[in-house]
Amino acid sequence: MPSILTILIVLPMAGSLFVLLLPADREKLIKGAGLAVSTLALALSIVLWAQFDNSQAGMQFTQKSSWIPAFDVSFSVGIDGLSLLLVLLTAFLTPIAMLSSWNAIQKRLKEYTIMLLLLETGMLGVFCAIDLFLFYVFWEAMLVPMYFIIGIWGGERRVYAAFKFFLYTMAGSLLMLVAIIGLGYYASLAPGGKFTTDLIRLFSIGPGIPLGVQIWMFLAFALSFAIKVPLFPFHTWLPDAHVEAPTAGSVLLAGVLLKMGTYGFLRFCLPLFPQSTLMFAPFISTLAVVGIIYGALVSMVQTDMKKLVAYSSVSHLGFVVLGIFALTEEGIQGSVIQMVNHGLSTGALFLIVGMIYDRRHTRAISKFGGLAKVMPVLAVFFMIVSLSSLGLPGLNGFIGEFLILVGAFRSDYLSHWFAVFAAAGVILAAVYLLSMYQKTMLGAVTNPENRKLSDLSKREIWVLVPVMLFIVWIGIFPNTFLKQSAATTKQIITAVKSTTTIRATSEALPLSK
Amino acid sequence: MSSFPALVVSLPLIGFFINGIFGKKIASERFSGILGSGVVGAAFVASALMFLAMVHSPVEGRTQIVSLFEWLSAGSLSVAAAYRIDQLSILMCLIITGVGFLIHVYSIGYMRGDPGFWRFFCYLNLFIFMMLNLVLADNFLLMFLGWEGVGLCSYLLIGFWHDRQFDTGGYPPGTSTTSDAARKAFIVNRVGDFGFLVAMLLIFSTFGSLTFGEVLPRAAAIVEPGSSTIFWITLLLFLGAVGKSAQIPLYIWLPDAMAGPTPVSALIHAATMVTAGVYVVARCSILYALSPATLQIVGTVGCLTAIFAATIGLVQNDIKKILAYSTISQLGYMFLALGVGAFTSGMFHLITHAFFKALLFLGAGCVIHALKGEQDIRRMGGLGSPMPTTRWTFLAGSLAIAGIPPLSGFFSKDDILLRTYAGGATLLWIIGWITAGLTAFYIFRLFCLAFTGEGRWPHDVHPHEMPGSMTIPLVILSVLSVAGGVIGIPSNLGGGNLLEGWLEPIFSTADARLAALHDTPLSMEYVLIALSIGIAVAGAYGASFLYRRRADLAARIITRFNAVYGLLVHKYYVDEIYDALIVSPLERISKTLLWKGVDGRLIDGAVDGTAALVFKISDRLRRIQSGVAQGYALVFVLGIIVILGILVLRF
Repeated sequence: MPSILTILIVLPMAGSLFVLLLPADREKLIKGAGLAVSTLALALSIVLWAQFDNSQAGMQFTQKSSWIPAFDVSFSVGIDGLSLLLVLLTAFLTPIAMLSSWNAIQKRLKEYTIMLLLLETGMLGVFCAIDLFLFYVFWEAMLVPMYFIIGIWGGERRVYAAFKFFLYTMAGSLLMLVAIIGLGYYASLAPGGKFTTDLIRLFSIGPGIPLGVQIWMFLAFALSFAIKVPLFPFHTWLPDAHVEAPTAGSVLLAGVLLKMGTYGFLRFCLPLFPQSTLMFAPFISTLAVVGIIYGALVSMVQTDMKKLVAYSSVSHLGFVVLGIFALTEEGIQGSVIQMVNHGLSTGALFLIVGMIYDRRHTRAISKFGGLAKVMPVLAVFFMIVSLSSLGLPGLNGFIGEFLILVGAFRSDYLSHWFAVFAAAGVILAAVYLLSMYQKTMLGAVTNPENRKLSDLSKREIWVLVPVMLFIVWIGIFPNTFLKQSAATTKQIITAVKSTTTIRATSEALPLSK
Repeated sequence: MSSFPALVVSLPLIGFFINGIFGKKIASERFSGILGSGVVGAAFVASALMFLAMVHSPVEGRTQIVSLFEWLSAGSLSVAAAYRIDQLSILMCLIITGVGFLIHVYSIGYMRGDPGFWRFFCYLNLFIFMMLNLVLADNFLLMFLGWEGVGLCSYLLIGFWHDRQFDTGGYPPGTSTTSDAARKAFIVNRVGDFGFLVAMLLIFSTFGSLTFGEVLPRAAAIVEPGSSTIFWITLLLFLGAVGKSAQIPLYIWLPDAMAGPTPVSALIHAATMVTAGVYVVARCSILYALSPATLQIVGTVGCLTAIFAATIGLVQNDIKKILAYSTISQLGYMFLALGVGAFTSGMFHLITHAFFKALLFLGAGCVIHALKGEQDIRRMGGLGSPMPTTRWTFLAGSLAIAGIPPLSGFFSKDDILLRTYAGGATLLWIIGWITAGLTAFYIFRLFCLAFTGEGRWPHDVHPHEMPGSMTIPLVILSVLSVAGGVIGIPSNLGGGNLLEGWLEPIFSTADARLAALHDTPLSMEYVLIALSIGIAVAGAYGASFLYRRRADLAARIITRFNAVYGLLVHKYYVDEIYDALIVSPLERISKTLLWKGVDGRLIDGAVDGTAALVFKISDRLRRIQSGVAQGYALVFVLGIIVILGILVLRF
């Protein structure tokens, strides 16, 4: 009997098979089916949330069935406080993405719907897999639908962008595969051990690997995740991918895919390679802080709305990485909530830019001005989202950023300056977001083409309203969400910090020859 | 009574939501105006009741903490949404809701006919809500929420007429839109907020808490007086205050903020929000008392700002700009008071300033309305007879700010100067004293040019007095400006100094830590008072003389001191300097170096280069697979030879 989690993961894929059987000209039916399936998945994820026991740190709703017994590879899934919120985010954003592209997709609607559903399975799988091989399969599998979404339904330079996206990510993940095999090999070296990709077992193997080898494994994983995040200087695929991707693609790319990198750091790098983590914490945190400032500065001078939002993601995700490598409860809790926040606010920014694009078929900031006069409802949503993104207290973004700053400031491994420089990024966020808002929304309507734009439709309003609700909810009652990840966060930190003792015992193992 | 604080805070929020959601549909100015003013009026009544209850309770039972819910907890951080009602916050509450109510009522008249009427009241209510959070918060984080929240409302209201142009008065050349001013205000404030934010990090890591009740009473026990920790905490908090209260070097946003509707300038940019910085320093008085070095910085910055802004105010021609620089200057006085450890005097001036500056701004609003939007005092004049109420109330406000006894401004300003002198800061006293003269001069220059002499407005404009909704608030505020000083008349002038007694429990720990003030002999005090009155009268008289009788002389002085005049008119070129030193370089670096350079050339160059290299290599490799069997055989044989050769050589 499959667990509810397995059903959730498989559901969108099964839905895509169903859509495959539908005739391609029944567009309404196809769209309806896609939305229905992803909404059903959302309902399931809410059931998960309701049944989740947040006092437990470990994996829940687990299911394990053997897949390749010779290498101890199994289909093994489960969620803990870390993955729960990301699963919820994925399940929440997919139907929104579906609904947002209701009228925008003009060609191959059936394939498009199938791709989105396959993507959802891939994303959910990544967050739920607790077998490294299974994780790798999902990680790679998810690339394919995203590649096609950008490459087929994207903008003018979509092929270049899709290719760049694919290559960048592949380059990272191949090294990760080598490291995964290496981990399995080390598992087989332990007395009575055998090759395995079972994450729970590897948690006790990783810290025992001699540092000289562990570092390389850490770096292989870290590179793969750093590209995904993206951490400076591995970020240049992101603006291209975003600009060319259709709205739904951008929403899921920014909202969910980027989180896989930060999730990966937390799920794998920290507990599997704790010594290396401690060693590299200041280095990676430096890249994170550079990214915060760099992303913000570059964002400031963009002329294309999507590129601006894309670079702002570099800045915002720098915060998330900083929080992770601060290795404090506040920092990691802040990072987890900030992953959700970024998914909501940047997702919403892309939705809004998409809504403007649908009307004017341009994203150049200079083509706009005074839209608040013609589209007052959109202007209100845009304002709220911008404020959320620039970290106004009372909205969600501030909660994450503040916790991360507190975490970084109190970190045992980072100097105070990390938090101070990161805080400077908060000023810059106001600069680029308010400038974009001003140039597009405020002032007089200068461009005659904008004079007759219609304000948001009912559908578009209902796409944005749920996001707004969460933006406010997390801002005022963040504890609803923070308490889900508290126990798991504690466990991860304990795992990293107790490594010195594990290392002492590991030296007795015949691991290094 | 315990539910009153929540009531006070939630009333304006309810107004915000109702006007925000239904205001546009209902489209009734009557409804929006009465609702918007009503909720603030009700909040004032509730605050007044709380105040009365506090007056009647024993001193030790006056502080009341109302915790609503657990806001944010993670790791060792735990912050509640909790309000603290004590002698200090209740005073602020009364001013915010009281003056706020009057300005709301005034706005009903001022904003009549504006298509965004409902939106205006919606923003004003939100502002009151945020401001109340700022002053009632029981911890730094909630205070920060209010702090940034009022910044947001300020942003929304400065840019309220976002499609309008306004005259920046020099830089950037020509006109810019009100939304430029709004953005400038928000961003410059954010620089200050950065200080506040980092200060919170330091406070939390030092005290393990952000709650006032945990931090302030234990401060003396936990940190070493004069240590670098307390120095940085207080300095960074002060950076926040400098941003919000428009002090050097972050004052530049306030003059531009005048682009907003005039009631906004009165409420936000004079009476309430800009005093938040003063409030924060006063709230944390014990922290500042532990760091004398910071106090010196606070006092010096305040004093310099006071004279700096006053000199600019001397030559401005925009009625609101003069008042804006005046506000900056008066806020400087408040920081001067805090800097010399006279916390009560700072609060005293905050209160009286709220009365007379709100009055002056509202009066200016009446004038602007009467002249159909004219703000240049060179095109005013003779408004006294058509607008008597405005004239008399404006005169009351001018006398108060000039420090003419026995109006409120005299007592509060004199208190500051007296304590500055008593604190031994003679130089600061001299600067403050000169500034008092400048203040009297610029305000009477404004008064004379606007209300006396011949009307210099176009013939088709017929100024007339404003309706009751606008003049009644003027009258009430003028009564407060005239008589408001009673609360702080010192004992040597025959008063009971009620304010000092009332706030004593708040500042007693800080006062006890600071070195006792030099004992100034009573005779010296009278000399100082006489000097202050003297320079105020001289300034006021000088301005009246120049601008009523001898306008030619004023013009001659300008030509004679053209260079100085130019410097002042261009506001010491500070905007230009900031632009050249910070804004433009940052933009250039971001664009050419980072975006086009690092991203475009360096990183993408490497990525595309690698890709191209791979293509090239694969292309070569493709050629090897030519399909010619002889070729393969040749390579095969060569390979064997090479391998054999290596093996032979090795053994």
